[in-house]
This record gives sequence, C-alpha cells and structure tokens, in this order.
Amino acid sequence: MQQIFNFLIRNKSFLLFLLLFCVSLFFTIQSHTYHKSKFINSANFLTGGIYESVNGIGQYLNLKEENQKLLEENNRLKSILFNEEDKLKSEFILDSLLSNQFELTAAKVNKNSYSSTNNYLTINKGERDQINEDYGVMTAKGIVGIIDNTSNKYARVLSVLNTNSRVNVQLKKTNHFGILTWNGKSPEIVQLIDIPKQTPITVGDSIITGGLSTIFPRGIPVGTVTSFKLDETENYYNVDVKLFNDMTNIGHVHIIKNKDSKEITELNNPNE
Amino acid sequence: MNNVTTINTVRFILLVLAQSLVLNNINFLGYINPYIYILFIILFPIKNNRMLFIFLSFLLGLSVDLFLDSGGVHAAACVTIAYVRPLILKFSFGMIYEHQTIKFSNTEFGQRLTYFSIIIFIHHLLLFSLEIFNASNILLILKKTLLSGIFTILLCLLITVLFSSKRK
Repeated sequence: MQQIFNFLIRNKSFLLFLLLFCVSLFFTIQSHTYHKSKFINSANFLTGGIYESVNGIGQYLNLKEENQKLLEENNRLKSILFNEEDKLKSEFILDSLLSNQFELTAAKVNKNSYSSTNNYLTINKGERDQINEDYGVMTAKGIVGIIDNTSNKYARVLSVLNTNSRVNVQLKKTNHFGILTWNGKSPEIVQLIDIPKQTPITVGDSIITGGLSTIFPRGIPVGTVTSFKLDETENYYNVDVKLFNDMTNIGHVHIIKNKDSKEITELNNPNE
Repeated sequence: MNNVTTINTVRFILLVLAQSLVLNNINFLGYINPYIYILFIILFPIKNNRMLFIFLSFLLGLSVDLFLDSGGVHAAACVTIAYVRPLILKFSFGMIYEHQTIKFSNTEFGQRLTYFSIIIFIHHLLLFSLEIFNASNILLILKKTLLSGIFTILLCLLITVLFSSKRK
C-alpha cells in the first residue's frame, strides 16, 4: 500500500497529464460524432455572448455588402412575381415554401469558420425563438448547414463544410439523388457521392436539395458540377460541386423549420 | 508573487480573446492561422508548481476549444506541451536552465528560437492530427503544421520582442 502511494506521489504530474489528456481526447472524439458534442461548443452563454457583442462592431463594416445582397434577392423575388417564365422555373421551391409546411426565421451569423476540417457557425437565434436541433439553414443563394446544438439565445450550425455533414441532394434536371459531403480541402468545392452511374451528368449541371430528408424542402440551390468520375467500385459517380454560396462570407441566414418533420419521422419509425 | 499571478491572469484572458476573435479570422491563403495563445505556456514562469502549470494549460486549451468548436483538440495539444516543456527547456537552454536562473528576455536569440520552434511544432502537429483525425490525410496534416507553425513562430518572436521589458 505504501508503495502504491509512493508511486502515485512520485508520478503525480505524469498522472495528471494522462488524466487531462484523456479528458481532451474524449471531447475530441465526441466532437467527431454528429450530435454528441454537448459541452464544448460556442453556442453557450459565455462564448455566444462575447461573439454577439464583437459581431455588432463588424456588422457596420459590412452594411454596404449586405444591402447589395438584399437588393439582389428582392430583385429575384420580384422577377418571380412579375415574370411568368421565371415563375414556372422556380415553381417547386415556392410551392413547398408557401404551403405552410415550412416556416422561415431570419438570423444573424455571429461566428463563421471555414479553414478547419470540421467547421461550425454560431447564429443569434436559439430555443427562445423556437429554434431546435435538425432545422435547416440557408441563405438567399443556397444551403449553409444544419443546426446541431442550441442554447437559450444561440444555436450552432453544422456547416456543409464539415466532414461529418451529410445532406440529401439531387440533380435539378433529373431525380437522381446523392449525398453531399466534404473532404476538408477547399471551402468552395464540396463532394457529391452515391450518384448512380446511369445518371446523365454533365459539367455545369445544377444541384438542388432533394425532398427526401425532413430537414430541407426540395429545390434549395446548392451548386454546380465542376467535375465527376466513377469511384473504385465503378457503380457510382464522385462529383465535385462548386457551391453557389460563398461560405467565407455569410452575414444573414434563414432557418427552415419543417412543421411536419415529427409526423414524417414517426411514420418512418413506427416501432419507436 | 502577486505580481506574477496578475500578469499571467491578464495574459491568459488577453491571449484567448485575441486568438478567438482576431487571429482565427486571418485565414491566410485559405487555411493558415497562427496560434499564438500558446505564448502563455511558453512564457510561464519556470519556478512553479508543475501540477498547477499542467492544469492551467488544460484550461487554456479548453477555453480556446470553447470558442472554436473544436472539441478537445487544443486542450490535448496544450497539456502535452506543458508536460514536455521541462525537457525542451533543458535541451534548448542547457546549463542555465539547470541553475533555474533563466529569464526569457536575457537569453540568446538562437536558443530562444530553438525553444519556440520545438514547442510550436509539437503543438501544431498534435493539434492538426487530432483535428483531421485521419491517417490518409497525413500530407495535409504536415502541410498545415509546417505553414501555420512558421507563421506562429514569427508572430510569437515579434510579440516577445515588442512586449519585452528593456530593464536589465
């Protein structure tokens, strides 16, 4: 017994190091698992609050750019209203957005990262504004990510630029769907996998979200195809997609709430 | 003693805030960011309680993790360099360290550069390996370590020169 105590006292700094190292490894591994990193995230009271106040300063500097973006979006929406041809093209997105199944909330981005391999955004809406996990986030140009953690006033968004992110998307001209992932390299290019090789795909094709998940409505723009090749099994295409959104410059976003998601989930998992 | 505690507390808070609010938005060439918050570990007084030092380093890493949503990556890297720091000190400063009379502002530039570089490269290598967590991306890890490491070393040396007290 004496020897055990002696051993502990002699190696106390090594043991402390080992303990703390294991704790941090535990947090790290948790953060690599979707929906698990509950403790260490920037959506909590302290870090969320600091980001909020600092962001207030930065916002003034971007006012001009933000105004430009708003003008462009207004322009697009008005042309849909007035122009019969455009109306036909974007019919499905308006349909699903207007049918009361989806509810939009505007939010401001407090923190955005794109240089690491697992990127997150922090936005200034939380449980107080009826925002919960698994709501989709988009801008006027395209998708941004999925909310994976909320606190009272803030929420954390799992960006599409995250190696854990999986979003169901499809080709605009046909109904072949695949999964949008990211390899961690360029913040402009994301990867689309599991597209069957029968798909008539060409460079320049538009990619939109598919209606298969309960998170995003069908028809939100994602990006365009820049290159594609068959994977090792020769059954599926690996496609590089250039995002419509500039993920390095995101100011305001819309949160999409699907009111029917609970019903759809219950229908798909009758045993639970 | 009290003075040392205050200086280190202020340094801790300032470095964490500077790291998370300013330096992580540099993204030079898309992905190169300096991680100067480890200056706290580099410049921590040498005559100290080792347990306390390791624990403070853990807290430092964890607070940066909180801001950057990176799980426990920074905490793990910080704890490691805090644990191996005595070895690196002995390697780079030799006899002066043995006599415990070291003052960073009085050391030779070459010795200081070795000390900074070893600590920073160990930290960055561990940081990026844990962050990317994928052995097939080893080239990406090494590239990030090298480029960010050089950036961090330059900034750390600059900061220590700028803020060093001239009194001798």
